[in-house]
Amino acid sequence: MSQQHSVTAPCSHGQLSGYVHSTESGAGVDGPGMRFVFFMSGCQFRCQYCHNPDTWKLHAGRQLTVDEALAELAPYAGFLKFAGGVTVSGGEPLMQPEFVGALLHAIKQRFGLHTALDTQGFLHESISDDWLADVDLVLLDIKHSDPERYRQITGQPLQPTLDFAQRLKRLGKPIWLRYVLVPGLTDDLDDIGRLADHAASLGDVVQRVEVLPFHQMGADKWAQLGLDYPLANTPVPSAAMVAAARQQFAARGLVVC
Amino acid sequence: MEAIAHNAVQADPWRGFTAGNWQTHVDVRQFIQLNYRPFTGDATFLAGASERTRKLWDVLGELLRQEREKGVLDVSADRATSITAHDAGYIDQSLELIVGLQTDAPLKRAIMPNGGLRMVESGLAAYGFELDPVIKEIWGKYRKSHNQGVFDTYTPDILAARKSGIITGLPDAYGRGRIIGDYRRVALYGTDFLRKERQQLFHELDDAVFTEDVLRQREELSEQFRALDELRQMAAKYGFDISRPAVNACEAVQWTYFAYLAAVKEQNGAAMSLGRIATFLDIYIERDLAAGALSEEQAQELIDDLVIKLRIVRFLRTPEYDQLFSGDPTWVTESIGGMGEDGRTLVSKNSFRFLNTLYNLGPAPEPNLTVLWSTALPQGFKDFCAQVSIDTSSIQYENDDNMRPLWGDDYGIACCVSAMRIGKQMQFFGARANLAKAMLYAINGGVDEKSGAVVASGFVPITADVLDFDEVMAKFDKMMDWLASTYVKALNCIHYMHDKYAYERIEMALHDRDILRTMACGIAGLSVAADSMSAIKHARVHVIRNEAGLAVDYRIEGDYPAYGNNDDRVDSMAVWLTETFMNKIKAQPYFYRHATPTQSVLTITSNVVYGKKTGNTPCGRRAGEPFAPGANPMNGRDVHGFVAAGASVAKLPYSAALDGISWTASATPDALGHTAQDRISNLSHCLDGFAAAGGFHVNVNVFRRETLLDAMEHPELYPQLTIRVSGYAVNFVKLTREQQLDVINRTFHASL
Repeated sequence: MSQQHSVTAPCSHGQLSGYVHSTESGAGVDGPGMRFVFFMSGCQFRCQYCHNPDTWKLHAGRQLTVDEALAELAPYAGFLKFAGGVTVSGGEPLMQPEFVGALLHAIKQRFGLHTALDTQGFLHESISDDWLADVDLVLLDIKHSDPERYRQITGQPLQPTLDFAQRLKRLGKPIWLRYVLVPGLTDDLDDIGRLADHAASLGDVVQRVEVLPFHQMGADKWAQLGLDYPLANTPVPSAAMVAAARQQFAARGLVVC
Repeated sequence: MEAIAHNAVQADPWRGFTAGNWQTHVDVRQFIQLNYRPFTGDATFLAGASERTRKLWDVLGELLRQEREKGVLDVSADRATSITAHDAGYIDQSLELIVGLQTDAPLKRAIMPNGGLRMVESGLAAYGFELDPVIKEIWGKYRKSHNQGVFDTYTPDILAARKSGIITGLPDAYGRGRIIGDYRRVALYGTDFLRKERQQLFHELDDAVFTEDVLRQREELSEQFRALDELRQMAAKYGFDISRPAVNACEAVQWTYFAYLAAVKEQNGAAMSLGRIATFLDIYIERDLAAGALSEEQAQELIDDLVIKLRIVRFLRTPEYDQLFSGDPTWVTESIGGMGEDGRTLVSKNSFRFLNTLYNLGPAPEPNLTVLWSTALPQGFKDFCAQVSIDTSSIQYENDDNMRPLWGDDYGIACCVSAMRIGKQMQFFGARANLAKAMLYAINGGVDEKSGAVVASGFVPITADVLDFDEVMAKFDKMMDWLASTYVKALNCIHYMHDKYAYERIEMALHDRDILRTMACGIAGLSVAADSMSAIKHARVHVIRNEAGLAVDYRIEGDYPAYGNNDDRVDSMAVWLTETFMNKIKAQPYFYRHATPTQSVLTITSNVVYGKKTGNTPCGRRAGEPFAPGANPMNGRDVHGFVAAGASVAKLPYSAALDGISWTASATPDALGHTAQDRISNLSHCLDGFAAAGGFHVNVNVFRRETLLDAMEHPELYPQLTIRVSGYAVNFVKLTREQQLDVINRTFHASL
């Protein structure tokens, strides 16, 4: 049941194309208000607890031009003006900086909607400060505060993400920091405390910290992809564990939920 | 009767009110506009339930538990009811601030044979009660009922259509309802003033040409004049003199309730809605608060007490009726909020108090609290509505920005989604016609796909093995002509006879003499019909016929876009169906009493029964499978979530469905946001977005699937679990198992 829409106004980079895994027309948990979410394909991380492993491969997505992507958004623009905005997530959207930048720019130009970028920031050097002008909010995903553990979880170094956070601070760009709490993997309170120190040092740009309890809803996707799910037997965190993790942030004066 | 002197000291009832024409002519709207105080704050001022309220609710709680066990607690089978048939009755007189019951005991149901004796007899038999022989003799021998009148005039086509279920739910054996008396008039003016007004209106017609219309009107005015006096007598049994206006807030609530009570003593209407009383009553409450005569807690107590009474309105109905409508609905709809024509909000503190009853007394399906939503409503009120929805799933929303330009700012909702100017408009309720079945009749040449009987004669069936879109549409168009004609004829029979044999004396006494009447037709199976059209057009639909050559099943080759995914290729078909059937209704030559035809896209819970009566459909739906309720997409076919489904529904034009378009949406709390505050603000913004897109109505349910499954297994733990279904709310545990499963299987939008 694919959708067909006509696009009326031409866009300067309208023919630029990128890979989109899927879209969702209403999500309440991916930024402020209700969001239209573009899930971009492609991610260079291989997080052990990824709940969207089906977005890892770039070319597994649908190839869309910016105009085509906008056409999918257009029927909801009026609603989103009231209800929230657009979030570009993934995958890792910064794998396709040119396309995503053109998309965000067009969303701003054409619809004037609130925009959020959901990223782990590793690839931020590929985007300019101007590129970020079309982003109202960054949902910054930091997997761990310890570089070794970070590499172990994601297969990549931590430092670029921390640098990105500093850059956002310099630009005064609002951040919602997201932290996935996985029992046995990311639940050490000292580690969380160190991340909270770092978050607090960023000052006012960190508007909110979201501690997201690990869940098993991604397990099916690993199975469907024929992948071995390393966390198949990991339990969801207890309410007490979630509360303790949140307290680490709250104790440093951060708004946490 | 025992006329206790409750009202010894009489103050000027209108002291402190801004004067206007309303003092000499009945004009409640003007009184409200000149005197109400818009409230733009938040819910922090509200008071919880008092000790007294809790006690009273507990007393009732035990009776409600017994009623749930027995189905019907008690029946007053010894007399036909009327406004004055019963003595005063109480729940616990020492605890009640607002008094008055339909009979002489709580939850004891009255019988109303004017609608039809058979309905009364089968209702009584179903619950083990016996009809008084005198009543049987009167209505069997001497007094004709509405039901008999209707069947004296029906055509063979109507009878066949009724039997096959292509037209269902017609109010031909029970009260039509959907008439809202302006109950506020009794509080503002007292019955003496209103009786004088009726007399004057009567004599204005003394010199008119005495046509049948004028004679009927004169007779009705006399009936109304008499009913107003019976209302006064009924109140006197409780020790109140309502011949004069109410002097304070307590009396204003009591007088208004008495007027409503008279209506539900006399009429077992399909929907007995209350109107729009909250902000009217707020004027009295504000006056008493300012004078120090009332505290916030006392003000809340009055509303809590009124709502307790509204929660126990009961009618004796048959199990078949309850199966159709799930549980025991009465549609005591109260419309809350909205904006004024002058741009001020009509939200008052009392709008909050009505919603607050869902906390003070717990969730409940009745009264059917309906928020008239506008994007311009004050944020504090929007947030409170969203919070109440998330916590109780007990309220519905209707788009004031759609309705205000048509009906002004003093309309109310009757039943589920039917807007009408209070006291100035009524409708002839028309249930609904089944468009999905009409499409099957088009394919089978008017032969019913389940019974094999010819229902619509003179049509030629399709014989091709693969359905051709143009051929189907040409035949479908003709079949809809037949359906519209048969349907409107049936409604003309019904409403002519209802006026004649079961006239709503007291409700109409609280209307202007000259009113707008609408004939409210309706359609069911919209999403099934639209998806079937889409399947025929965008996929290949093979016909499977039985030995008799009747098309009984379909095989779909390929994929088709389904309604509910914000896809214009099929959403435009739903729009076309809505507009086309409305035009066919409008094209009929006569509407009883010159009514203006309208239609609704609303099934209430009869979507389950409609589904049962309809065979396999070209969209792939199996025979017997429930339809989607109202304007909802078919279960499981709206794969793009809540927002996409809402966008599809919002495309249906209100102008082609002025009797309302119903959408029911469910979400889990987690999908609405991470924090309680996020959920409130997200829901309130969603409602703004839906309203701005022109969406007409939405029932909002917020709960987890597991809760409902648990309630099915352990109903005793969830006596008050309330869920919204098409246009109203029900106690989940009172649904049949089939309906419970239907609710659960409906798309749960884990992501909105």
